[in-house]
Amino acid sequence: MNAPIDHGRDGMGQAALKSASAGAKVVALLATSAGVVALPQATGKPLREKLAPLAKSVLVSVIPPLITVALILLFWQIAASGPQSSLPPPSKIWEEAKDLIVEPFYWAGTQDIGLGWRILVSLQRVAIGFSLAAIVGVLLGALVGQSVWAMRGLDPVFQVLRTVPPLAWLPLSLAAFRDSQPSAIFVIFITAIWPVIINTAVGIRNIPQDYRNVAKVLRLNQVEFFFKVMVPSAAPYIFTGLRIGVGLSWLAIVAAEMLTGGVGIGFFIWDAWNSSRLSDIIVALVYIGVVGFFLDRLVAFIGAIVTRGTAVQ
Amino acid sequence: MTSPYLKIDHVEKTFQRGAATTNVLKDVSLVIDKGEYVSIIGHSGCGKSTLLNIVAGLTPVSAGAVLLEGKEVNAPGPERAVVFQNHSLLPWLSVYDNVALAVNKVFRGVKSKAERHDWIMHNLDLVQMSHARDKRPAEISGGMKQRVGIARGLAMEPKILLLDEPFGALDALTRAHLQDSIMQIHAALGNTMIMITHDVDEAVLLSDRIVMMTNGPSARIGEVLDVRLERPRKRLELVSDRTYIAAREAVLKFLYERHRFVEAA
Ligand SMILES: Nc1ncnc2c1ncn2[C@@H]1O[C@H](COP(=O)(O)OP(=O)(O)OP(=O)(O)O)[C@@H](O)[C@H]1O
Ligand SMILES: [Mg+2]
Repeated sequence: MNAPIDHGRDGMGQAALKSASAGAKVVALLATSAGVVALPQATGKPLREKLAPLAKSVLVSVIPPLITVALILLFWQIAASGPQSSLPPPSKIWEEAKDLIVEPFYWAGTQDIGLGWRILVSLQRVAIGFSLAAIVGVLLGALVGQSVWAMRGLDPVFQVLRTVPPLAWLPLSLAAFRDSQPSAIFVIFITAIWPVIINTAVGIRNIPQDYRNVAKVLRLNQVEFFFKVMVPSAAPYIFTGLRIGVGLSWLAIVAAEMLTGGVGIGFFIWDAWNSSRLSDIIVALVYIGVVGFFLDRLVAFIGAIVTRGTAVQ
Repeated sequence: MTSPYLKIDHVEKTFQRGAATTNVLKDVSLVIDKGEYVSIIGHSGCGKSTLLNIVAGLTPVSAGAVLLEGKEVNAPGPERAVVFQNHSLLPWLSVYDNVALAVNKVFRGVKSKAERHDWIMHNLDLVQMSHARDKRPAEISGGMKQRVGIARGLAMEPKILLLDEPFGALDALTRAHLQDSIMQIHAALGNTMIMITHDVDEAVLLSDRIVMMTNGPSARIGEVLDVRLERPRKRLELVSDRTYIAAREAVLKFLYERHRFVEAA
């Protein structure tokens, strides 16, 4: 039971660490330059003084990534401009795929639609599969975390199943559902559920004995205990699992759609590859990355709101 | 009143982990009357919390029984409310909601919604915490948390309130303040209370009787001291009171001469 959690938490921890250190550097860099700018303003109007820190914080978080992106584009442009280059440079992508970039929501027939629509179709599948995984995962995790016998019986099975790569489930689920839509959803479900189960179980095993005693003295029944003590107490763990799960779902849906077809973003990439539209593929990759980033932030944001106050006192 | 209110009858507790067994309590018997304030004092690790948890029903006995109004206690319940050593408020609930959780559970179907609200506020008022009703536990001080814990216990209208070192983690001033509150509440409501403490002055000040436990393993009740002091008791006047000094001395003698804390135990 330890390996996956460590893995999951390490992953998150590293990510947090990386971004934190990157942020710290940036803050340090800008603080020196902003300090120079802020000094003469100190004698200016009070309103300006108030707005200055706000503007500064926006600048601190927006400017550095913009610089990074500009540098990458520049480097890419230079590297891909040679005559034998097999990948298109940014300027060529802009020429070839301008409509995809500037008009995400055009609609000109069933397969000729904007990337925004395709993303929405994929997101809808993720929403269904991931919601199911969240509900079933929390319930199963609660069972495994609460009962020693459920853990003994189920945990080894989960540990084996969770190592199966998402796409390996696809043929089986196509055979079972005989339709690509539910198959893709099932792949999302089966991909996202393991981190949810495992993290929920750990969270529930870590509920302090004191809270259990309070519940016992009050004679809370199973349902009351689940909603009033278990879920809020394990919420930080549950959201760690959900965050990992949503990331995995997004990874899995693109791959699944490449194989199942339809109008999702995954199939678009496959289709573009078959007709050698490399520029379209690159634009689609950017879309996928940005949406994946926002999905992760969304779950983290909900988690932060829900678990407000649950942290150790 | 022929049968006693609370009867701890030849209780024994042995913990078992694998092959290792520890006999914590041996042959503990005690009778407590309604409205009595009883303190349990003893060295760390002797089994005070274990005894309190047995009365609460949180820990099963190995032998013997606990009887409340003639009925055997074998599961926890709100008629034996516990104020835990570390307050145990649920951190995701506000002060009000922590008390409300208990009140809504215990009085659902008995009191109307408005009555329950009034009752919650009444109990927060008792411990002077209604001003912080919307704060979360993390946002209030340790003494305040402990007071909310007491309000939660009182709000269950328990037959017996069990307090496990309720003021243990507090500074002397806050502690004195809360001791005064608890005395007022006890005087006003006449609850039956069992309190664990490490503090000799606290035990003498608050209790009708002080139960002194011998060192573990196999701890027993070594001595029970009646504190015959008039109520209401005033901390400052008691300092020079003969009964008070005598009681204090008796407890200290028991703890530090006859049952000195043995490091090896
Ligand atoms: N669940 C348990 N399993 C095994 N041993 C236990 C368990 N709970 C308590 N004990 C043992 O029982 C003894 C008494 O513990 P208890 O918590 O009742 O002491 P205490 O008098 O409340 O101490 P303190 O004043 O430090 O709170 C200790 O030696 C402890 O190690
Ligand atoms: Mg204790």
